[in-house]
Amino acid sequence: MNTEDRFEYVTVKIGDQLFGVEVCEIREVFSPQDVTRVPRAPGEIAGLLNLRGRIVTAVDARFKLGLPPRGEGEPVMALGLEDGSELFGVLVDEVGEVMRLKSDTLEASPAHLDPKWRALLKGVHRLDNQLLAVLDVRALIAWRTAGLAA
Amino acid sequence: MDELIGEFLSETFESLDVIDSELVKFEADPTDRATLDNIFRLLHTIKGTCGFLGLERLEAVAHAGETLLGKFRDGDLVADSSAVTLVLQSLDRIKEILTGIEQTGTEPAGEDSDLIKRLEILSEGGADPEAAAPPPPAPEPEPEPVLEAGAPDAVEPAEGFDVDLGRELRPGEVSLADLEAAFMNTPGPDEDETSDAVLADDELDDVEAAPVPAAPTAAETAATPATPATSGGAPRASATIRVNVDVLENLMTTVSELVLARNQMHQIVRGVEDSALKTPLQRLSSVTAELQDGVMKTRMQPVGDAWKKLPRIVRDAQQDLGKKIKLVQEGEDTELDRQVLELIKDPLTHMIRNSCDHGLEAPEKRAAAGKSETGTIKLAAYHEGGAIIIKIIDDGAGIDPAKIRAKVLEKGLATEEELAGMSEAQIQRFIFAAGFSTAAQVTNMSGRGVGMDVVRTNIEQIGGSIDLASEVGKGSTFTIKIPLTLAIVSALIIKSGEQRFAVPQLSVKELVRVGAGSSIAVETLHGANMIRLRDRLLPVIGLDHVLSQSLQEGEMSGYVIVLEAAGRKLGLVVDDVLDTEEIVVKPLSGPLRTISVFSGATILGDGSVIMILDPNGLAQETATETEDAANTGAQEAEAGADISARQRLLLVRAGGAEPKAVPVSLITRLEDFEASSIETVDGRHVVQYRGRLLPLAHAGGHDGFKTEGRQPVLVFSEDGKSAGVAVDEILDVVEEVLDLEMGSERPGVIGSAVIKGKATEVLDIAWHMERAWSGAPQRKKSSARSAVLLVEADAFSRRMLAPLLAAAGYDVTVAGGLHEARDAAQMGAAYDVVVGDPGALSRLASEGYFADTPRLGVGESAYGAPMDGFVAVLDKADRGGLIAMLDKAARAERAVEAA
Repeated sequence: MNTEDRFEYVTVKIGDQLFGVEVCEIREVFSPQDVTRVPRAPGEIAGLLNLRGRIVTAVDARFKLGLPPRGEGEPVMALGLEDGSELFGVLVDEVGEVMRLKSDTLEASPAHLDPKWRALLKGVHRLDNQLLAVLDVRALIAWRTAGLAA
Repeated sequence: MDELIGEFLSETFESLDVIDSELVKFEADPTDRATLDNIFRLLHTIKGTCGFLGLERLEAVAHAGETLLGKFRDGDLVADSSAVTLVLQSLDRIKEILTGIEQTGTEPAGEDSDLIKRLEILSEGGADPEAAAPPPPAPEPEPEPVLEAGAPDAVEPAEGFDVDLGRELRPGEVSLADLEAAFMNTPGPDEDETSDAVLADDELDDVEAAPVPAAPTAAETAATPATPATSGGAPRASATIRVNVDVLENLMTTVSELVLARNQMHQIVRGVEDSALKTPLQRLSSVTAELQDGVMKTRMQPVGDAWKKLPRIVRDAQQDLGKKIKLVQEGEDTELDRQVLELIKDPLTHMIRNSCDHGLEAPEKRAAAGKSETGTIKLAAYHEGGAIIIKIIDDGAGIDPAKIRAKVLEKGLATEEELAGMSEAQIQRFIFAAGFSTAAQVTNMSGRGVGMDVVRTNIEQIGGSIDLASEVGKGSTFTIKIPLTLAIVSALIIKSGEQRFAVPQLSVKELVRVGAGSSIAVETLHGANMIRLRDRLLPVIGLDHVLSQSLQEGEMSGYVIVLEAAGRKLGLVVDDVLDTEEIVVKPLSGPLRTISVFSGATILGDGSVIMILDPNGLAQETATETEDAANTGAQEAEAGADISARQRLLLVRAGGAEPKAVPVSLITRLEDFEASSIETVDGRHVVQYRGRLLPLAHAGGHDGFKTEGRQPVLVFSEDGKSAGVAVDEILDVVEEVLDLEMGSERPGVIGSAVIKGKATEVLDIAWHMERAWSGAPQRKKSSARSAVLLVEADAFSRRMLAPLLAAAGYDVTVAGGLHEARDAAQMGAAYDVVVGDPGALSRLASEGYFADTPRLGVGESAYGAPMDGFVAVLDKADRGGLIAMLDKAARAERAVEAA
């Protein structure tokens, strides 16, 4: 196996789009339960939840991508990742298989893509029948200190 | 015993133990420079400290020993075993003297000249006259004491042979017997008991006691046989042991988990009648509580421990800088987590140095400024609502914003333009910026490049914050706030709406039932809620209202939690009080740390996560709302001054390319709605927002709404009603002096002001809100330039009204409270009309201020009929009417003047 020209992705669905998240970024995949809403939190923060005694901050990928919010009872899964000592859970709709893709099918995000998306993508893979957008989960959980939305 | 001596003893005993073993190592390899340096350094420290404490015997012996070691180090002498023995003997003598000090508190009488003489002869190159005489040479370990003590094992064990293990000890291993001995000899909390235990165990009687964790090795035991029976149970240098902080940390985490598990069991048992678990659980509960208490105590240290070095630093500073400085300490008993303490030691030292060096002026300068020649630095610590506040206050020169400004520009930390938009306090805060150092010249004391930014970083790393307040010529106050992030606190679990929250018990003073079924009701005075508590008024706020940031609606009932925080009392209205629970405070992640009303989160017994409310944040947040006109005081005065000075403005784009401005203080929230979620009902735009319909108006005109993508909306709330004003794009936030230069004829625009050097239209939010509510706003314009005094304690109303009046062509002077109004009157200011809260205006008139000036009351709709002496009393929301009445009153006044 040549690791240099292959990427390993966990595939996830957010809205109708297929995304890939690099396997090494993800600590675990779990089903988020009993998410506590945090009043006055920024919109992308879905809330806090208890994952085996640790508090996880749930970030909604849909919000970040500007997609309509998830309806009641719609499926939701979470990708757990660690940032320093903090645990984050990125909420997505579905988690699929792990895919190994050749690096030569990866292209930069198209220039005319919504800037919101461009900022969150590392690139796009050409699959046979669809596109797989490589999600930059680090950018997704990055937050700015701007005091705009007090 | 003197605390200083006590500490010296425990430290020195430890050092001596190290020297003992190091010397032996050194003897084995006399070429080992590192070991020799270490020995030399330790002995030197001991000598130095002795001199400092005035222990002459010790100093003399240590000095002679050090001289000899110095010769070894310089290569003048080769260390042979007789020399090492002599040094070891000196060490023993030192120990003997130390033990004497320990028992009596003073240096025992005695003569050391024989020993010193021998040391001197040797260091001058002579042979030790008594070299051949006893004590046993050091290299050969001497297990004698063990045998004498009657160990059952008659066979002399080889060095390092462990009987229990049945094999030789590997390097780094300690025999069980040694460990046992160390354990037995470590004094527990009750020293008598410990000595009994040691004496009873005659097997271990003579084994040299050493403080844990340095368990004695055979070599050490032999090397110090002359020590008089310290092991016999006499108090060892201190009743403390050193434990790695990590161990405590782990213990703490484990206890935290235990607490959670216990809470969980409580929850289960509570639901079962007559459970057999009840009694054992009760015991588990109390034991857990004790354990938790104990573990917490092990982590706590008085903050004074971090201050010990400071008097010395200040003393040195006086000499080096030629200044007169007095250091005042307050609250040194305030306890805080030892790990936190360690981490703030350096920042504190640095800040004190800074205060000495940069803060306080030279005596001549102080005298010239009319201050006492001696400068004062005050260090104060206290607990406040689960946090520790440390203040460093000096009465020095203060921080000159002009100097900071110049420095900032020089270092390129900000542009002139950026600085122009900043308040003085903001500019002063640049001293916390990376790469900033104000010292005009680098002095010995500070200004070595690591500046306040390092201090700030260190404090922020432990989840704290630092701020400063400084006035030129008067001094500076640095405030460090360190939240107890790693701690178990007792908390009240309360319910508001559907959510539960925790409130730290520490800040809860009492609980009061209000509303239905209680004799106490929430009363309202001009929009401010309060209750009568023991004949005093207590301002109250609804938790749901604070959290949703909407204005209070409907009757409040439930419980009032009386909190004391940030120096004031405040009532928090919640729906229900559920329980008290011991909670483990977990810090919030980055994006949530900026929400001032929460200090953390916790996991409850049932596994759910809830937020912990921060009483300080709540108090600060509602400061403006809870003030009432009568006790307005200085804080309001400042707030008032701020308004006339600088305002934060949100720049937006709406209909046209030019930016438009909105005062940030008016905006309740910024939202971002999906364009498709905006519906049109009856020709009006609405969006579903928090379970209600939010009426919308577009600042750029009716057709400005986006049809796809996201629609940014500024949400405003007033009098319990909310409305959204849609804009095309949110551009920036700037801080500017909002000087409305001219009114505008155009509806929806208050006027224009110069912002960032450009003429910018300022949106008339009131007009847009009313448009969203489908009202028909009318704003009369007036060319008369009359002077109006606006007396309004409520910051929100003030911010709404002041721009409105200004835009209508009046010269507005804002008074945030009665004080300011009185001040204005005393300064001889005259106005054409006084506008504001009817109660406040009546009171002013009754005191004789502005008694002859027409008064226009603006208040709640409850004040229907005109009151005595008022031109009119109008509803706050009736803007058109207000301006109309104002115009009328102003014209009448002018006519009177003209006549």
